[in-house]
Amino acid sequence: MSDTGIGKSVKRREDIRFITGQGRYTDDITQPDQTMAVFLRSPHPRARIVSIDASAALEIPGVVGVYTGKDLSADKIGDIPCGWLVKSADGTDMLVASRPPLAVEWVNFVGETYGIVVAETLAAARAGAEAVVTEFEDLKAVATLADALGGPQIHANVPDNLCFHWELGDGAQTDAAFAAAAHVTTLELTNNRLIPNAMEPRAAVGIYDRSTEEFTLYTTSQNPHLERLILSAFVNLAPEHKLRVISPDVGGGFGSKIFVYPEETAVAWAAKQVGRPVKWTADRSEAFLSDAHGRDHITTAELAMDKDGVFLGFRVRTRANLGAYLSTFASSVPTYLYGTLLAGQYRTPAIHVAVDGVYTNTAPVDAYRGAGRPEATYVIERIVETAARELGVDPAELRRRNFIRPDQFPYQTPVALIYDTGDYEASLDKALKLVDYAGFPERRKASEARGKKRGIGLSCYIEACGLAPSQLAIQLGAGVGLYESGEVRVNPTASVTVFTGSHSHGQGHETTFAQIVSDRLGIPFENVEIVHGDTGRVEFGLGTYGSRSVAVGGSALMKATDKIIVKGKRIAAHMLDAKPEDVDFEEGIFAVRATNRKLTFGEVAFAAYVPANFPEDLEPGLSEKSFYDPKNFTFPAGTHIAEVEIDPETGVVTVAKFVAVDDFGEVINPMIVEGQVHGGIAQGIGQALLEHGVYDGMGQLVTGSFMDYCMPRADDLPNFIVDTTVTACTHNPLGVKGCGEAGAIGSPPAIINAVTDALGIRDIAMPASPERVWRAAQGL
Amino acid sequence: MYEFDYHHPDSVAAAIALRAGAADGSYLAGGMTLLPTLKQRLASPSDLIDLAGVTGLTGIEVTADRVTIGAMTRHAEVAASEQIKGSIPALAFLASQIGDTQVRNRGTLGGSVANSDPSADYPAAVIGLGATLQTDHRTIAAEDYFQDLFQTALEEGELIRSIAFPIPRRAAYRKFPNPASRYAVVGVFVAQFAAGVRVGVTGAGPCAFRPAEFEAALNQRLDPAALDDVVIDHDRFNSDMHASAEYRGNLLRVMARRAVADLLAQPA
Repeated sequence: MSDTGIGKSVKRREDIRFITGQGRYTDDITQPDQTMAVFLRSPHPRARIVSIDASAALEIPGVVGVYTGKDLSADKIGDIPCGWLVKSADGTDMLVASRPPLAVEWVNFVGETYGIVVAETLAAARAGAEAVVTEFEDLKAVATLADALGGPQIHANVPDNLCFHWELGDGAQTDAAFAAAAHVTTLELTNNRLIPNAMEPRAAVGIYDRSTEEFTLYTTSQNPHLERLILSAFVNLAPEHKLRVISPDVGGGFGSKIFVYPEETAVAWAAKQVGRPVKWTADRSEAFLSDAHGRDHITTAELAMDKDGVFLGFRVRTRANLGAYLSTFASSVPTYLYGTLLAGQYRTPAIHVAVDGVYTNTAPVDAYRGAGRPEATYVIERIVETAARELGVDPAELRRRNFIRPDQFPYQTPVALIYDTGDYEASLDKALKLVDYAGFPERRKASEARGKKRGIGLSCYIEACGLAPSQLAIQLGAGVGLYESGEVRVNPTASVTVFTGSHSHGQGHETTFAQIVSDRLGIPFENVEIVHGDTGRVEFGLGTYGSRSVAVGGSALMKATDKIIVKGKRIAAHMLDAKPEDVDFEEGIFAVRATNRKLTFGEVAFAAYVPANFPEDLEPGLSEKSFYDPKNFTFPAGTHIAEVEIDPETGVVTVAKFVAVDDFGEVINPMIVEGQVHGGIAQGIGQALLEHGVYDGMGQLVTGSFMDYCMPRADDLPNFIVDTTVTACTHNPLGVKGCGEAGAIGSPPAIINAVTDALGIRDIAMPASPERVWRAAQGL
Repeated sequence: MYEFDYHHPDSVAAAIALRAGAADGSYLAGGMTLLPTLKQRLASPSDLIDLAGVTGLTGIEVTADRVTIGAMTRHAEVAASEQIKGSIPALAFLASQIGDTQVRNRGTLGGSVANSDPSADYPAAVIGLGATLQTDHRTIAAEDYFQDLFQTALEEGELIRSIAFPIPRRAAYRKFPNPASRYAVVGVFVAQFAAGVRVGVTGAGPCAFRPAEFEAALNQRLDPAALDDVVIDHDRFNSDMHASAEYRGNLLRVMARRAVADLLAQPA
């Protein structure tokens, strides 16, 4: 096997340009005659726009144009839609609040866009924006999740601000399980609001070509084809064949760049109005205000058990904050990506979940690294740990008693999913060994001798990745299928250009995908180029989120590569005067079985484009494409264990040890996987200890900068101990499951279980900030 | 950022004159507070008078009984100074705890003290050591300098040239950093002089102050435990999403105890 093949830790080829400042991000795209845009943003959490007077702004030198929601409406620009229709338990559709790209009459969160100022320079655009006089009628806002149901009605068509009341599972069966229970554990939990903060803020450059009537939109999207589809089909910006969306290098997304946003839409539209390219790059303050936030749930969970701690039933009631409007996938996150995961790794026979999705006067909430699955894992793993403490059973042992066993796969959960494979005890055992579980009491004693409190916490998570089987997704309300496309184009000189609908914004696809294709074709890694992120070059794609790229996008490339081999065999057979079925292909060589007749991949590729004497039924060329639609989700799972030390005098929590043992199935590039796990854990520890998106009681964002919103830093984190176990995914050609979100899913409950263990308390709200921990440690 | 006129004088006199002649001028030292404020358009000075090129505002001078630091001396220089480490190591340590590397390479002593952010580190040492501020036309004692939230004894246009810190027998600084900003939620500077113990506190109140009860207790018995029963009135302490006044009161005691322990660990 070559040292760049599948399974090898090949260094990321894209990093050379990233770390030497050669990346080409949207803000690096500069067009001749370009203008700059600044948005008018609501300073109010909820208000009616009485009037907008732009006359003074238009007088400012350099201001080219000022446009408001009315201008977009007049041009028949439609609302920004939500792409997933969720139905309430009574069968009615969720209530969708109208969301024009620029607000027309109502603004419903601080930072909502209601106008765009286009100018020669950024300074002129800023001056113009300040000169616009807007009269608002300020209204009382719904600032928090707790206030939503009884608060002022935000949208005329949404009574009680209730977007949907969604249920999953068998309520009667679950009630019966509770009636028969010997012990019930109950826990009230909050999943704190997070603000994604990708390193690169959102940006867009809109270009309109009058001669061809074509739009080009450079933007920071995780899924440019979906952006094009939505802007064409729903927003009515341009027909699909007249709109090209390009996502060049993108500096992180974590979900926040999946969605279609008002700003990018308005920038593209404005380019046609002013007849010049228009650029906008969010500053960090705008990112805090207007990127889709994550999480923000309050939940009551109850776990019913028999006398031996065997789980009988699980009941979950959640209220999920959707923000002021439904972002692109907002409705799917606290429902199909949450409720369906509530079986966790356990055989719980009866589960019932009810979720109220509510509107508030805050930024829209949508998928953020893990998207629903961290929230589900938090509920499960916090209550299982709590149950173990109540029963006086070792938390590892209680989990063992309830794990789905390896011989029970495929396993149908009571909440719709069918797990294909797994070995949960293998991950648990390995993690316990790596953390030295047996040695914990000694370490606790040592901490206590120093006046510190020490705790240990487990988290055995599962996630559904590889989104998604299209038929199932569409049946559940998705507006699109969730397959992926791949194209493998062999050039005459046998180098290969690969086109993928997946989008890399830090994941390392240029390396991983090149490993897959070069390994399969037996050609040098360097000879494979990966193209992504351009609707003008890649046929179609659904982008990158939900840890889907290798499982779905990689599988599409495998299928396309296999077609190349089939075609190559036909060409080789013709050239070697054999039957295609007698030609074998291995490590770049086409050979006629049981003969010494053979051709290299390069010879076949050249012949494909110089077809001297091809028969009529053999087409020239060597280029194949494939769409791969997964048959099922993939189910990465594993055990995370955190050990924390707490200073009871200050409340500071130090993560002393962190072990993650993950089963991602087969692994293409272990180094990249390890990096993904590290990043995910950092974000999970961030959620558990540091990060908190806070609105005050009036609806103003308090944590609007890094001065108050605490991102995890290297010195907040220990040296992670990470390892893997492997049960190969049974239904995709690579046997892979996906690794991008696991760290952020598994780690928060491990941390909070450790903190509550150290303090001897039932619960503490995330983030377990120093003051909260100090209060708990002092019994205040 | 709004437009402003930029000046780059080379002498204190020129800087003072420029400031006096400006409609709404502002000195620019390290810019670690002013520049972000300008970028956010929260301030709009007519003139910015950059002090970076003014002679006589930088440098460290150590004599038998005091350390004098020029107002434009960067935090990184103070943190790395062998002279200061040899005379008031706690002051060098304090400087090493400010912000991050970038901030320490730009931020200045004078800028920090002139701004008097309630959470800045330097004010704890200025008041804890009983420093004297030399301005363009007078000296100001630390006790008279810090007045209230972002309010100091500086007159309009008055410029700090240098600050002189008396050298104590021993001193120590402990801060509890805000996890996000790394500013001091509470910072305590404890200094032992022949004449007694002084304590300077930042972060807890609207500006740096000396907690009289702490000093009284420590002057009776220089021991962390001496602070255990001192009553802390946290009513006027700052309170925000990161720390309530009550929690700040706790941190004040804990950081003070730890600073005293650090001080006692040094040779007498």
